[in-house]
Amino acid sequence: MADVAIPRAKPQMSEDSAWTQLKHNRNWLGFWFMVPAMAFLIFFLAYPLGLGIWLSFTDTRIGRVGHFVATENYEWLWDDSIFWLSVFNTLLYTFVASALKFAIGLYLALLLNENMPFKAMLRAMVLIPFIVPTVLSALAFWWIFDSQFSIISWSLRHLGVIDQNINFLGDTTWARICVIFANIWRGVPFVAITLLAGLQTVSPSLYEAATLDGATRWQNFRFITYPLLTPIIAVVMTFSVLFTFTDFQLIWAMTRGGPVNATHLMATLSYQRAIIAGQLGEGAAISSAMIPFLLAAIMVSWFGLQRRKWQQGESND
Amino acid sequence: MTDLPTRSIDLKNVLSGSAPMADHSEGMSYLQSVPRRIVTLYLPLTIIVVVLLFPFYWMALTSVKPDDQLLDLDRFNPFWTWNPTFKHFHKLLFESYYPHWLWNTMYVAICATVLSIIASVLAAYAIVRLRYKGANLVGGLIFLAYLVPPSILFIPLATVVFQYGLFDSPLALILTYPTILIPFSTWLLMGYFKTIPFELEECALIDGASRWQILIKIVLPLAIPGLISAFIFCFTLCWNEFIYALTFLQSTSNKTVPVAIVNEFVDGDIYRWGSLMAGALAGSLPLVILYAFFVEHYVSAMTGAVKE
Repeated sequence: MADVAIPRAKPQMSEDSAWTQLKHNRNWLGFWFMVPAMAFLIFFLAYPLGLGIWLSFTDTRIGRVGHFVATENYEWLWDDSIFWLSVFNTLLYTFVASALKFAIGLYLALLLNENMPFKAMLRAMVLIPFIVPTVLSALAFWWIFDSQFSIISWSLRHLGVIDQNINFLGDTTWARICVIFANIWRGVPFVAITLLAGLQTVSPSLYEAATLDGATRWQNFRFITYPLLTPIIAVVMTFSVLFTFTDFQLIWAMTRGGPVNATHLMATLSYQRAIIAGQLGEGAAISSAMIPFLLAAIMVSWFGLQRRKWQQGESND
Repeated sequence: MTDLPTRSIDLKNVLSGSAPMADHSEGMSYLQSVPRRIVTLYLPLTIIVVVLLFPFYWMALTSVKPDDQLLDLDRFNPFWTWNPTFKHFHKLLFESYYPHWLWNTMYVAICATVLSIIASVLAAYAIVRLRYKGANLVGGLIFLAYLVPPSILFIPLATVVFQYGLFDSPLALILTYPTILIPFSTWLLMGYFKTIPFELEECALIDGASRWQILIKIVLPLAIPGLISAFIFCFTLCWNEFIYALTFLQSTSNKTVPVAIVNEFVDGDIYRWGSLMAGALAGSLPLVILYAFFVEHYVSAMTGAVKE
């Protein structure tokens, strides 16, 4: 590739004075260039990450320095049914929302890839839910799912489907459906537009050749589109799973974990325990418990990226 | 990626044009019949787009409806209003801290974005072009940093912010947001820098330019589309950020729009919906307008970061 020639172009500076070396040596120069980014990432990302794990082993509270209590927080959580409920909710939320986001997103991407009038405008409009801050659209959903004045209840009542208003956010099952729906609504544009970008790299001649060979539309999709899209699907879905798993704002704006903790995710529970109740140690334990899941997601992404290289015809370095 | 909308596949035209003389495989017959195209393409597309956009319509409608129509669904058709009012916006602008919050959000977003772009330009250039020892490893680590979500960082960060005396100050957000933005924009800019021909830099090096001059005078002007993409996307991410702002800010006048609307507007008032929706709409509009002007950059930022 293009950038391999740069090392050769760089003259040897090893004989220079220490100051010139600091200014010109590639490694030192690289170091100086990295300083601002690294400072941010170390002080506000790596350090807090470690601190969070440490906090989860202490009984720190807001305004009081904690002591090391070993795994007491975790033992406490182990017997805490609300914590397990939140784990269940998080897994359910992540699994259902991601699967549907993927299915609908892929479908939408395939639809948008067709030739039709106003294509560019349609694509731009589809992305709007992703642009608008989650909390603000969550508030719109809160209003749409209002127990008394919900427009959905009203419409269904007038269509004669139901007799009385559905208590969308007050009933445990409905509340779960509603937050999952809102999450899908927000996530589909991202999945669709990124997959669409992937679709457009697929050469049309492949479809032509396959169609000449008598492939059906489904076979076209199954044996051309899907294999060529797998790498980008792997990456998109990793992000999607990751951000669904650690979702906070949507839940917080719509239900705050209610009714009876039915929509509490691990992130919202840790906020409630750590910041509202002041039990920083316990909250940190809940958020640290998310790390294994995140690692799993990262592994998937890594292997997805690995596979991408050879599929695009690049060398395996 | 900027050619996204134009580089469509016109396979359909090709196929339907040659269809009369060719085989009758499903793909082609499907493409020919207009009714089937309506059912399989336009109908589902319309449904999805309507569902995706309805909440915004509802938001906008609610924010201009008079209070009595808002809660009386039987006497008035809830899907339209004939006498819109700007009462809710008036209340928002003149009887609340809303302009304050808008300003806070803007201020924090711009500062954090500028800081992160500067840091990421330097980092991305170093990783891609200086190729110092371990550059690939650092690139990988930055990608990993992208995958660390704010929801597991906010508790320890709250203690850090408190220790540094930044609690309840916009500075807390300006310094913490870059942890979300830098990994993303570094990764995006790395992709852009890779596309700049290295011969240009070689020439400059031979002519005696320093690395710094090369970066400022050659690489950055060529990477402007990438910078715009990164800037817009970072700005949107900042505006959207919620959990840090919720945790680190306390006083009403310091809050950012998303946090303030959730906390300050949600009171027991049954007529709150109008102003709540007006607030949500006013908080979204700046981003939507920005987006309308830079759709292509936006899409390229989103897809670029995923593909790199």
